[in-house]
Amino acid sequence: MKFAVLRFPGSNCDQDCVHALNAIPGTSADYVWHKDTSLAGFDAVVVPGGFSYGDYLRCGAIARFSPVMKSVKEFAGSGGTVIGICNGFQILCESGLLPGALVRNRGLHFVCKHVFLRVESSESRFTNAASAGQVLKIPIAHGEGCYFADDETLARLRADGQVLVRYCDGQGNVTDDANPNGSRENIAGIRNAAGNVFGLMPHPERACDPLLGSTDGLAIFQSILNS
Amino acid sequence: MTPITPKIIAKHGITPEEFERIRQILGREPNFTELGVFSVMWSEHCSYKNSKLELKQFPATGPRVLVKMGEENAGVIDIGDGWAIAFKMESHNHPSAVEPFQGAATGVGGIIRDIFTMGARPVFSMNSLRFGDIRGDSAEARTNRRLFAGVVAGISHYGNCIGIPTIGGEVYFDDSYSGNPLVNVFCLGILRHEQIARGAAKGIGNPVFYVGAETGRDGLAGAAFASRELTEESKEDRPAVQVGDPFREKLLLEACLELLASGCVAGIQDMGAAGLTCSTCETASRGGTGVEIDLNLVPKRETGMTPYEILLSESQERMLVIVNKGEEDKVRAIFEKWDLPFAEVGVVNDDGMMRVREGDSVAVEIPARKLADEAPLYSREAAAKSLPAPLDLAKFPEADCTASLHALLVHPSIASKRWVWRQYDHMVRLGATVLPGSDAAVFIVREANKILAASTDCNAIYCRQDPREGAKIAVAEAARNIACTGAIPLALTDNLNFGNPHKPENFLQLREAVEGMAEACRKFDTPVTGGNVSLYNESPAGAIDPTPTVGMVGIVEDAKHITTQFFKAAGDEIILVGEPGDELGASHYLLAVHGVKAGPPPKLDYDKELAVQDAVRSLIRSGLVKSAHDCAEGGLAVTLAESCISGDTMLGAAVEIPAASSRADIPLFNESQSRIVISVGSCDAASVLAGLEKRGVPASLIGTVTPTSMLEITTAGKSLSWPLAELHKTWAGTIPSLMGE
Repeated sequence: MKFAVLRFPGSNCDQDCVHALNAIPGTSADYVWHKDTSLAGFDAVVVPGGFSYGDYLRCGAIARFSPVMKSVKEFAGSGGTVIGICNGFQILCESGLLPGALVRNRGLHFVCKHVFLRVESSESRFTNAASAGQVLKIPIAHGEGCYFADDETLARLRADGQVLVRYCDGQGNVTDDANPNGSRENIAGIRNAAGNVFGLMPHPERACDPLLGSTDGLAIFQSILNS
Repeated sequence: MTPITPKIIAKHGITPEEFERIRQILGREPNFTELGVFSVMWSEHCSYKNSKLELKQFPATGPRVLVKMGEENAGVIDIGDGWAIAFKMESHNHPSAVEPFQGAATGVGGIIRDIFTMGARPVFSMNSLRFGDIRGDSAEARTNRRLFAGVVAGISHYGNCIGIPTIGGEVYFDDSYSGNPLVNVFCLGILRHEQIARGAAKGIGNPVFYVGAETGRDGLAGAAFASRELTEESKEDRPAVQVGDPFREKLLLEACLELLASGCVAGIQDMGAAGLTCSTCETASRGGTGVEIDLNLVPKRETGMTPYEILLSESQERMLVIVNKGEEDKVRAIFEKWDLPFAEVGVVNDDGMMRVREGDSVAVEIPARKLADEAPLYSREAAAKSLPAPLDLAKFPEADCTASLHALLVHPSIASKRWVWRQYDHMVRLGATVLPGSDAAVFIVREANKILAASTDCNAIYCRQDPREGAKIAVAEAARNIACTGAIPLALTDNLNFGNPHKPENFLQLREAVEGMAEACRKFDTPVTGGNVSLYNESPAGAIDPTPTVGMVGIVEDAKHITTQFFKAAGDEIILVGEPGDELGASHYLLAVHGVKAGPPPKLDYDKELAVQDAVRSLIRSGLVKSAHDCAEGGLAVTLAESCISGDTMLGAAVEIPAASSRADIPLFNESQSRIVISVGSCDAASVLAGLEKRGVPASLIGTVTPTSMLEITTAGKSLSWPLAELHKTWAGTIPSLMGE
């Protein structure tokens, strides 16, 4: 399976994503420059973390206008698999590929730490290698990761099972204490209605090596491989 | 043009003797712009004129040294298999005092540029920070909290955005830094041996390119600003502080690395302190050539800038690149790809002059080498040496030891710094295998498949009481921290923070510290790769405590060796490698409990220290050590408490420490050197102790890791105990609560 890892000016997790993916048997990954418009030959797209275009104006707000994002929309429109991580999640929301928005963390500080995520549904392209209720340990690193959507959107996400991961404690309890950024309903990651686009604030690529304290991120990438 | 009067000369910090020397060099009177150029290049910040003679004592060579101290922007050290590291530490103290966020942010930006200028990809940063006391409600404490929060936010902003992890460092709080915080930033990059780039203007006729941010009026003469004392009026110097744009720097970093890989570059130099002035005359001086540039071609973001302003601007995120003639189009294509402003601004020539034109008129014409390398050097007057009297313990009766451990853990210098490092992205680049908060950071460099350990250290109380011994201990402690992770020290960079060198007592401190540090570097076989000198660290209240900070890097040869400081399993035995010790002088116990900085610092015995470090490293490599933590501020009691409470799961300990008297504070809180607390599996304890005895390293079994939630210590006939939850609350909660969370 071949992954396209997008490179915007200011992307800084692009190399990490390529490194982590290339280490998984059966996958390969390559960069696609933001000025390019072709995704031919790729089976899935990763929109990586970082500070695309400096995140001036608003996180992800400029990246959505880049040439490559037009292609990503077409790719997603025809059912292609797209995963956005951290700034990538912000870009997918800004692009309208995912509902809602990411706003400033509740505590106003940038937060970098390991968090626990409860897998809400294993019936998706992105979580089928895990089981529902399973707790994953994956780090976050963001200043604007507080997921916000209006009540109506949240109700729809809940009803359709679009919330794939929620912040929880080590035992899987979804509590306010376990919410690192004030996200509504502890939402850490959601998929679109069609099920082929996924965005999450935590960094699965940083949890693929036992030397980094967790390999739970592999479950996400393995799921994409399975589907 | 502004006439040159004695008043103007003095305002530029140029002495009458220096002015005479400028006239001799030029064979005429300098014009106003030239005077400005000399003033920044001959400032302490750029020329090290008050410290260079002392710095010559540092060992600069060794089998691993590929680029040595002073040769280029940063030293380069061989780490094997064709890979090398470039690293350096630099201060941004003065800018951070007047504008903490931008001051710290641009400090990070500057040191990162120094590293990629060498052709290395920056892979991690650290920082050593010092502020005045942040406790209490005084105006001073509030200012110190504002500076602390601003500096951390600035580092977080710049480092996180550019995607270079900040993986460790240190933060201390002490009255002596009130009004004059220290912000020392460290960066390390990785490169292949053949990728080392040079900051020399080689090749007569080669074009000179300017790339990066447009030049503005920010940071005018910042190098000169950094070379005088901070006063009440320093706030008005805010224009001397630059504004950073980490996004621009990220583009510049990627473009420069791509450019260097293309083979089009003859020389490259960042524009840091003294901006365009420094980069042109230094590249010419190193290349043995001349450089001629035209200011009309320089990208500018403001109109009506004079040559003086353009040359002395310290606008950030700019580089000077000397390109092999004929390759200009390739270079332009790379800059265009990364959407960076650039311009061909000049040419390398053979007359040895730094010549700056503005269209047809010549604004500056100075022999480059004399400007860059022949600044006057001074050996200032040093005061007579005086050492503190031996500590009279009778004056400091034993305090309640249960409360004293809390008093130490609640001291902001010892309390957990998680509030700080959680704001830094320390995990990007997939390298942070030992997270911040352990003795040394351990980082996997993925490009090279190498594991590095790094630590910054300086106990300024020791240096205040005895600069020579304090500086020796800074090196020893850095090496000890590195040893505790299982690594072998390779080399170090230093950041020498002192007061005004014109005051004999300050100059004595500088001289003593440099001599001590140089001696220790030779003993630990760690050459100095370069660094930074920051003098004039004074506020209206006086000079800071002398703070010669060390940033040391080591290498871990096998991932299996990586060791952390916290206890791993109940039932493991706790061994003190080294002697119990008895020196309370200059300790944090005296500071935190008795409120004084008093007595001589502990003595460092090199042989003992090396034996302890070698023994622990060797035990780690044989797979016998589960945790290793060095004894530093707060002594054995703080070390044990941290080993109990700093891991993901807290573990108790039951310990007995031998005591030479009826006082319990001495065995608990003394800061004698050359001590490391390790934990080992119970079945290995006997063989570990036998092995240590065979090596002649003093060691004793002092206790056991327990499944209880208590730290229990018996010493001097007293049985003391602390609930871990309380210790943890004190240690982890202090800084967040001081910062209003």
